Amino acid sequence: MTTTHPESDVILEVKDLQKHFPTRTSGIIRRASDPVKAVDGISFSVNRGETLGLVGESGCGKSTAGRTMLQLLEPTGGSIHYNGRDITGVHGADLRKLRTEMQMVFQDPYGSLNPRQTIGTIVAAPFDIQGITPDGGVKAEVQSLMERVGLNPEHYNRYPHEFSGGQRQRIGIARAVALRPKLIVCDEPVSALDVSIQAQVVNLLEDLQTEYDLTYVFVAHDLSVIRHISDRVAVMYLGKFMEVADRDELYANPLHPYTQALLSAVPIPDPRKENKRERILLKGDLPSPINPPSGCVFHTRCPRFREELSETERKRCTTEIPLVQKIGNHEVACHFAGAAKIDVI
Amino acid sequence: MFAYIVRRVAAGMVMILAMSLVTMLLFFASPADPARYTCGKNCTPQLLEQNRKALGYDQPVLSYWVDFTKGIFVGSEFPKDPALKKSAPETIADCPAPCLGYSPQSSRPVRDIIVEKLPVSASLAIAAFIMWMIAGVGLGIVAALRKGSIVDRAIVGSALVFYAFPTFFIGLGLYVFLALKWGIVPVPAYTSIADGGVGLWLQGLFLPALTLALVYIAGYIRLTRAFVLEVKGEDYLRTAQAKGLTSGRILFKHTLRGALTPIATVAGLDLGGLLGGTIITEQVFNYDGLGRTAVMAATTYDLPVTVGIVLVAATFVITANIVVDVLYAVIDPRVKYS
Amino acid sequence: MSTWVPTEGTSDALLSVRDLKVTFPTEDGLVKAVNGLTFDLNAGETLGIVGESGSGKSVTSQAIMGLHRGTRAKVEGSIDFDGKNLLKLEDEELRVMRGRDIAMIFQDPLSALHPYYTVGNQIIEAYKVHHGSASKAAVRAHVIDMLERVGIPNPQKRIDQYPHEFSGGMRQRAMIAMALVNSPRLVIADEPTTALDVTVQAQILDLLIDLQKDINAAIIIITHDLGVVAEMADKIMVMYGGKAVEGGTADQTFYSPEHPYTWGLLQSMPRIDRERLDRLRPIPGNPPSLISPPSGCAFHTRCAYRDDENLGCSTIVPEFDVQDWHPVRCLIPAPKRKAIFDTEIRTPSS
Repeated sequence: MTTTHPESDVILEVKDLQKHFPTRTSGIIRRASDPVKAVDGISFSVNRGETLGLVGESGCGKSTAGRTMLQLLEPTGGSIHYNGRDITGVHGADLRKLRTEMQMVFQDPYGSLNPRQTIGTIVAAPFDIQGITPDGGVKAEVQSLMERVGLNPEHYNRYPHEFSGGQRQRIGIARAVALRPKLIVCDEPVSALDVSIQAQVVNLLEDLQTEYDLTYVFVAHDLSVIRHISDRVAVMYLGKFMEVADRDELYANPLHPYTQALLSAVPIPDPRKENKRERILLKGDLPSPINPPSGCVFHTRCPRFREELSETERKRCTTEIPLVQKIGNHEVACHFAGAAKIDVI
Repeated sequence: MFAYIVRRVAAGMVMILAMSLVTMLLFFASPADPARYTCGKNCTPQLLEQNRKALGYDQPVLSYWVDFTKGIFVGSEFPKDPALKKSAPETIADCPAPCLGYSPQSSRPVRDIIVEKLPVSASLAIAAFIMWMIAGVGLGIVAALRKGSIVDRAIVGSALVFYAFPTFFIGLGLYVFLALKWGIVPVPAYTSIADGGVGLWLQGLFLPALTLALVYIAGYIRLTRAFVLEVKGEDYLRTAQAKGLTSGRILFKHTLRGALTPIATVAGLDLGGLLGGTIITEQVFNYDGLGRTAVMAATTYDLPVTVGIVLVAATFVITANIVVDVLYAVIDPRVKYS
Repeated sequence: MSTWVPTEGTSDALLSVRDLKVTFPTEDGLVKAVNGLTFDLNAGETLGIVGESGSGKSVTSQAIMGLHRGTRAKVEGSIDFDGKNLLKLEDEELRVMRGRDIAMIFQDPLSALHPYYTVGNQIIEAYKVHHGSASKAAVRAHVIDMLERVGIPNPQKRIDQYPHEFSGGMRQRAMIAMALVNSPRLVIADEPTTALDVTVQAQILDLLIDLQKDINAAIIIITHDLGVVAEMADKIMVMYGGKAVEGGTADQTFYSPEHPYTWGLLQSMPRIDRERLDRLRPIPGNPPSLISPPSGCAFHTRCAYRDDENLGCSTIVPEFDVQDWHPVRCLIPAPKRKAIFDTEIRTPSS
């Protein structure tokens, strides 16, 4: 799925990206068998300065997609172009150089910081690795970064365990922006944080985006956070994109039954609305990404398939993989895309 | 599961053969001449050469190894000399499969030596194993349940004392005081069941097994204590409590099942390692087991015995590894081998 | 329906908590996890306890279950359940009530179930410990029936499977079956949907609502997500720094909240049901230390409306100010709170 915005230039272009994890057969001699198709052919582009939200439930492949586009995982297939240059499969010195432009913020703000290093060392690591000495020296730069992300620069010599979860995430962000990258993949950066702290970190990310001209790919499961931060949103299910659209459009008028089900499941902190609301419930469990369902991967749980389609229409869902079709500003991978019968929010 | 075991056993066999080759390589690389040790005082160059040939030490190491490996499967003869066999068949020793070689120093097939010494080492290892499992795991559980109390500190502290002393010190101490000075237990001497019945056999094992067990107990107390404490922090124990289960049921059904699984792994590996002989304990108590024999063989350049014992010890360790892994799948339903 | 009365006297409520305090000694000092909590819960009612990490909400639930017994935690005050003070009961008396009268549902069903035993084994055990004389076949039939009621398909087969063979949602259904197997009068659900995906969360919440109608149990649902309690709770208690700062009906909490912390919580979450804001409005600062909590009002360090000079926010510890059955632990006078809410907090759609 590619959306091209002629008015703004594309920083990242991903075509048919695949990431399969090998599995092996049982038996005395173990042969390679069907792989886990964590990411199975996604295409999209990210424009300079925008935020692309990647949303889906656990196991949909969104984190793998984020890591693969940064070459933290080697893609099985497809291509990744950064600023027009093919970076698929780069490694060694080229990859290290690329890291000055592409960074990542991780979910677990504790697990991603070495507990035996001081904050100063952690935030300075990108300079050490790249052999870059900023003007004024590393320490001064690190301290100004710490200040920028809302940490006390005097805490330079403290260790991660002396900080709260929100502060640790700020450390991770300082490290990510240290080299002034152009693109940052944020992998569930606020889902481990309390609500009040979540908002602080989201605001910080937005401020930094304006200040440093950053482009974000924001991976999260929380649809409210995704709506707040993203310009465009891609909804993922079982390794594939179900729907991609501009944020307002996607939330106001979701066309894919999966997007509709997701949105209708978000609890709303408003009892009167909540009591009136109808939910589109998904039946059953997420199918295995080793043997995804034939045809449309969502058909086994699709409420529209179950309730609205005729026998012949269903046949199409079970046999034919839906191609991405453009409906208005949406790109939808559904044979029978269309508005939901009820208000989903 | 069956396929998994087959794969593991096959890999284990390859590993054992590789280990025999490594042992031989080390031996052949030694600057000393192993044949010299078989030659005695009145050695002549001719005799030396003859012995070397008879022992096969004149061959390259690889062909020595091939001969050896063949011997395991089809048997062998020593010395391997068709001419000699014709002229003086009484000087040829027959070594039927599985042949582990022939010791020139003791003029016996290695297998006979091992068959004789193994029960000593195995008895010792198993007796010690039973002692340390009961005492170590038991005390570890008590220490964990009474965490932070005097009891806990006393158990962990005294275990550390035994852990800190070297085996020979504990062994000699027990020997001198318990057996010689105070006469609480009889002076230990190994008696096989066939010779003296179960009673004498156990009596003979008591002190050396205790020595060995004391060294291991400390580790098992700490390990058990740590695992029990870890499981006590698990959410599923909180669930068990919230269900209203009795504390006995929580301990025996929920806590220990989780805590003892990793202990079983460690215990299996430790036992496997000890079955192949314990050098210091056997030495201290003058027990003629595999450990002592291995030391003797190494100091007298008796290659066939050295290789034989290495193989037996390696087989125990590798078997223990496989057994432990398979056991794990039986204990933990999440573990599936395919 | 709901009277949220934090009075000191006795009550005929099913659960009546008075001045509950839970402290833990640590190397850094005494952690005051719960610092004087008082509330009532009637039979069949649902109370939502909302707060962030460290607010004391989970510790409260564990204190009710008596799970602090045998640890170094000190629990003071009183917890009356059905007229009996749970804190004064013998261990054995309390044990018999656990699981039978008060049951619990935990956050992460994978770690809350024992990995080595089948789901059926664990639920059967929960029933048998309180129904020793029941026959094996009858218990099994009852458990299969429970599994069916919580929406686990094919329960005859599922009962003999292990937790790891269940999906996350199915595991939480099994946990619910385990909690309800003895038809308890009080169910404490501690973040029951936090570990689950949003579509599964919706299913589990619907299930809890349906089942509550069936068994008429009182429910305490503990969560950090105001959205989760919006649909379920009759009354809501917002906790901060080990204390309840505001209590009330769900309508009061959502449509006329009066505590600045509740305002902060409601404002800081991005909402898909409203106009998107250009900027989120977080609560500044970090949660308070439980070892040396701020003086005065625990929230004053993060409060946008603090007034040290006139109200003494940094020195005076606020008591509950109860107006119209709506207790608020804030030094700002009620009319001013209402005025601030109406002019600054309320959004057109609420």
